[in-house]
Parts: sequence; C-alpha cells; structure tokens
Amino acid sequence: MNTERWLLLGMLSFAATVHAAPDKLPGEQIYARCAACHALAYDRVGPHHCGLLGRRAGTVPGFAYSDAMKNSGFIWDEKTLDRFLTQPMKVLPGTTMTYAGIPDPKERSDLIAYLKQANDSRECHSLRALPH
Amino acid sequence: MSFLHIAHPQEARRLFLGQSGLMLSGAAVALLAGREALAAKTGDGKAQDTQILNTALSAELEAIAAYQLGAESKLLQHSVLDLALTFQGHHKAHAELLAKTVEKLGGKPVVPKTAYNFPANQLKSQEDVLRFAARLEQGAVSAYLGAVPLFGNRELSRAAASILGDEAMHWAVLRQAVGEAPVPTAFVS
Repeated sequence: MNTERWLLLGMLSFAATVHAAPDKLPGEQIYARCAACHALAYDRVGPHHCGLLGRRAGTVPGFAYSDAMKNSGFIWDEKTLDRFLTQPMKVLPGTTMTYAGIPDPKERSDLIAYLKQANDSRECHSLRALPH
Repeated sequence: MSFLHIAHPQEARRLFLGQSGLMLSGAAVALLAGREALAAKTGDGKAQDTQILNTALSAELEAIAAYQLGAESKLLQHSVLDLALTFQGHHKAHAELLAKTVEKLGGKPVVPKTAYNFPANQLKSQEDVLRFAARLEQGAVSAYLGAVPLFGNRELSRAAASILGDEAMHWAVLRQAVGEAPVPTAFVS
C-alpha cells in the first residue's frame, strides 16, 4: 500500500472515531462491575445509587449497613468516592463491600461521572417520584 | 425433577453433582470435608475472609431468587427454562458451599431476604429475562474477581476462582442466547 492510501485510511479512521460519538459514558461500562450487588433505583446486596452524591454514608432507609459504614462519617462526593473506591476494605475496614477496588484513577473518575449523570436518569427520577 | 422442587439443599446438591457430572474444585471439596486446619490457617484474616464469603453468599442467594423470578414468569420457553433452572442449581451449590465455609470459619452465614426488589415490571419477554440474568452474571464475575485477591487464605481464593469460572460461563451462554458475542473481550473486569 502506498503512502497516499495509508494517509487516506488514517483520515477515514480518524473521521470514524470523531463521528462515532459514544452514546454511553465510559463509566457505564465500569458500572457493570457494580451490578453484582448494586442497582441505581433499588436496594440489592448493596444500597441503591440514585442520589448517592451528597448522601451521608449508611443512611438509605431500611438498608442493613455494616457498623463501619454507618459510623464512617463519609459524605459521598467525588473525593470520598474516589478514595473509597480505590480500596474499599482498606479505607473502611469492616465494610461489607468486599471488593478489591478500582486501582485506575481514570476508571474511578469515569465511574463517578457516570454515577453523577445517572442521578438524572429516568430510573432515578421515577424513584424520587415515589412516596416515601 | 428440577431443583426448584427439592425441599432440602443437600438433596439438591447431590442431584446437581450427580446429574451434571461436575465436581467441585479440590479446594471446595476440602472446605466441605471439614478440614479444620484450613480455618486455623486464616489467622488474623479470618474475620475478613468470613465477611467476603458472606457478601458473596448474599449475592448468590439473590441470584437464586432472580432465577426463581424468571422461572415463574411464564415468559421462558421450555429449553430456556431448563437452562435457567440449571444455572439456578449452580447458584444453590455455590450458596451451600459458601454457607458451610462461613460456619467452618466460626461465622454466621447470612440468610435469604424475605423479599427482593427486582424490577419485575420491566420483564416483559424472554429476552428481557435473559438480559436481566446476564447483567447479574456479569456483575457476579466482577464481584468474584474483586474478591479473589482479598482472601487471607489462598485456598479460599482458589475456591472463589472456581465459582468465578462458572459464573463467566453462565454470562457467556446468556449473551449468546440474546444474540450477543458470547465472549466479547479477552479479559473480564
């Protein structure tokens, strides 16, 4: 293949990349890992994630938290989530979130961005509309 | 006979092992066989190991309930129902193993919730049920992957990895069933 063809191929690849706007945030793929125990709008093995940002840790009504989580004093924001998700069991010994963590800072950042955006999802709006 | 109609878990496990011809890993057999030295080896990590096992047990109990929901939905064709019940049987075997191991470590196994909050109203077709199950299995793979390095006792890591392999096969089969590439990537995360 000559140089011109390589250039054309490269330009086409670039164009395809530019126009293939992702319809999902990268963090949504990462969130699939959380789906063993969590859902956005309902409690499972872990508590639901709608409204997570700004929530005091261990305060979803009716969810049976560990004492460690209830007494953590965490308010979930970008900083506390980033720290906790790095190594949950090291950061909060006694937590029932027995997961090694997400060592890659970019992946943690993507996941937190997804959690923030998901709060505006239809699922989370529906949950907020329910009587409490 | 399906696993759903068996009253006693022991009977379900015997039937599962007998019918499938599958065997639990050597580590799992050792755990079930009551090797007390295994528990003693955990040392300071015993409480953490017990917690990890109990969290995994909670997820397995939820999976059993999820497959029950699918089985009772009347949305599944006969062959798909058989598959769902087989996978549910695997989760029952995992749950039984995990509960016994928690007991061997001196802990108290968690018990099933009285009710689970599944989005039942969103399951309107067989494909919905299969995709719901696939998401749970994918999550289970990630959960076991995240748990394997945490065990103080390496034998427990090995047993958890054995379960991880089974969950990954479930996920692949369910992906295939809904027309997706069964093994989309070289690595799981």
